[in-house]
Amino acid sequence: MPSNKSVSDAPITQFVSCRILKDHRLQWEDLWVREGKILNPEKLFFDEEGFADHKVDCGNKIIAPGFIDVQINGGYGIDFSQASGDIRRGVAQVAKKILEHGVTSFCPTLVTSPPDIYHKVQSVHLSLPFIIELPNILVLVMLLSFSPQVIPELRVQDGGPEGAGILGIHLEGPFISEQKRGAHPPKFLRTFKAGGVADLMETYGHLDNVALVTLAPELANSAAAIRELSGRGIVVSLGHSMADLSQAEEAVQNGAIFITHLFNAMLPFHHRDPGIVGLLTSDRIPPGRMVYYGMIADGIHTHPAALRIAHRAHPAGLVLVTDAVTAMGLPPGQHSLGQQQIDIQGLHAYVAGTTTLSGSIATMDMCVRHFREVSGCTVEAALEAASLHPAQLLGVSNRKGTLEFGTDADFIVLDDTLTVRETYIAGQQVWRK
Amino acid sequence: MRLVILDDYDLASEWAAKYIRNRIVQFKPTADRYFTLGLPTGSTPLGCYRKLIEYHKNGDLSFKYVKTFNMDEYVGLPRDHPESYHSYMWNNFFKHIDIEPQNTHILDGNASDLQAECAAFEQQITAAGGIELFVGGIGPDGHIAFNEPGSSLVSRTRVKTLAKDTIVANARFFGNDLSKVPTMTLTVGVGTVMDAREVMILITGAHKAFALYKAIEEGVNHMWTVSAFQQHPRTIFVCDEDATLELRVKTVKYFKGLMHVHNQLVEPMLSVKDYID
Repeated sequence: MPSNKSVSDAPITQFVSCRILKDHRLQWEDLWVREGKILNPEKLFFDEEGFADHKVDCGNKIIAPGFIDVQINGGYGIDFSQASGDIRRGVAQVAKKILEHGVTSFCPTLVTSPPDIYHKVQSVHLSLPFIIELPNILVLVMLLSFSPQVIPELRVQDGGPEGAGILGIHLEGPFISEQKRGAHPPKFLRTFKAGGVADLMETYGHLDNVALVTLAPELANSAAAIRELSGRGIVVSLGHSMADLSQAEEAVQNGAIFITHLFNAMLPFHHRDPGIVGLLTSDRIPPGRMVYYGMIADGIHTHPAALRIAHRAHPAGLVLVTDAVTAMGLPPGQHSLGQQQIDIQGLHAYVAGTTTLSGSIATMDMCVRHFREVSGCTVEAALEAASLHPAQLLGVSNRKGTLEFGTDADFIVLDDTLTVRETYIAGQQVWRK
Repeated sequence: MRLVILDDYDLASEWAAKYIRNRIVQFKPTADRYFTLGLPTGSTPLGCYRKLIEYHKNGDLSFKYVKTFNMDEYVGLPRDHPESYHSYMWNNFFKHIDIEPQNTHILDGNASDLQAECAAFEQQITAAGGIELFVGGIGPDGHIAFNEPGSSLVSRTRVKTLAKDTIVANARFFGNDLSKVPTMTLTVGVGTVMDAREVMILITGAHKAFALYKAIEEGVNHMWTVSAFQQHPRTIFVCDEDATLELRVKTVKYFKGLMHVHNQLVEPMLSVKDYID
């Protein structure tokens, strides 16, 4: 049939015989895509009198928004926190492999690292604003050093056939608690000396391309830093912390909206002081705001009963994360993470020589399946915990994490066991099983 | 008229759908000779639409060479509002079948010149060669389309203000908030539907029974506009038992006795698969 579409001549693809996740339910609807976005077929029909150019039969499978992983430290031998070699290539390698897990967008995570990992030599015109901000001569010297560094190499970018898109960096540390550092190296931990911008800039260099920062709010002078970061649209997350509930609530008042891997690296829930966990049911959250919480649903980092308690207490805030480490995707043995060695045994990854867990090696689709299985939640809730909720957390749900008309066509095709069969970014198939 | 009485809503919907299917298939529409179909909205025809979609999905019925003309549309309701008749037709019918968008015609309740829009609609019907089969429903006040009591029986497509009965009946689609129901519509006239070569009225449910009685057992009256079809050469009323509750026993027995004749119209069921060109 000749094209008579008035808005655009770009080809339209119609995915039929599928159940799509829309309005929080799986519905027998077709999915229409044009120019990398989800298309409204009713508008196409009445306004443009248009029709599909290609039809793809999905064999009655499920179509869900692509998964978004806001905490992933590396994988397949790549460690995002290491500046060795070509970091962009390393990130790209992981970005490509995680397409197989249904992840279409992610936040490469840097654990507590020495300052030179965060900074980079900048061309003169770029560094000028930062030189003005930083009073410390030491930092000037660091800025002028020439070793390769990580943050500026990890830019926000769209995904595609080369790999999942980067929504921003997750800086987990170094402003965290010594007692709750987990696998983070103690010598690179920091506190807020002056508070606010100065310490942040001194440590990180600059905050472009940063999407989340995990910190411990009980550290003195953290309030100003939290306000500064959230004022810049960066998600402040509480984690690796000894904070009690009132300290956590104060942090939320100052702008924090996320909890890094709930239950892990924080005080356990206590009935007289629920600690950070108490944020899930706190009545001191500012109106109109919601606290989200990351959960590593690998069956190891969180007992299924704890996962269920959190889910039932606050289902809308649950964000599945992998917290995957370098060894994810690799065979058992010893590997490096941040500045330390880790040991893989089966599905467990330990700090070498200890029984401290050092991140998980479960993939995002495994987490979705495990979450569904142990919580008894609906398929829709499990899928949304890995797509809609992280998108809402990052404030990008107007273009990611949903199948609403006009949003980016990043989606996955799954069968009824929630195994990912195909991954699409901007309407283009970028992986199939 | 033919009065076809089925036991319940589902059977009535199915009979109506079978009839429409046979008419379209028998007509053997082509690119040079479209089958023109008038269509209603509301809750009554939903079952019929579902059956037609089923026939299409089974490969027995195609709408490729069918042109449709809807009866009405609200004035001032955004076209993508979930309760607009555009949304209704898309969600309940068009998106499930193989009809081409340019072959569908629904009045535009947001046109800048409503009168011109109505006149244009009439012209589109004429240009399409007139309506072969106009399917409609009946309101509790006996109206056809939005031709409220008092509408001229020779009226054409025009703007109408809704009667209270109709607004109340439609409130359930607007969260039972009377203030949210549109008060004006564009509608085909009684005369417009009378021009169709054949008319089929679907009437189901006890709440329509009195209107059916007024429409077929009393005189032609502009207060019960469906009664106009007493003067149309080919009208079929398809209803369920409940809709006959206000009719005389004699009327019901007579037409029930004719069911074997009526059923010849739907048996055998024809399919496009039988006509392989």
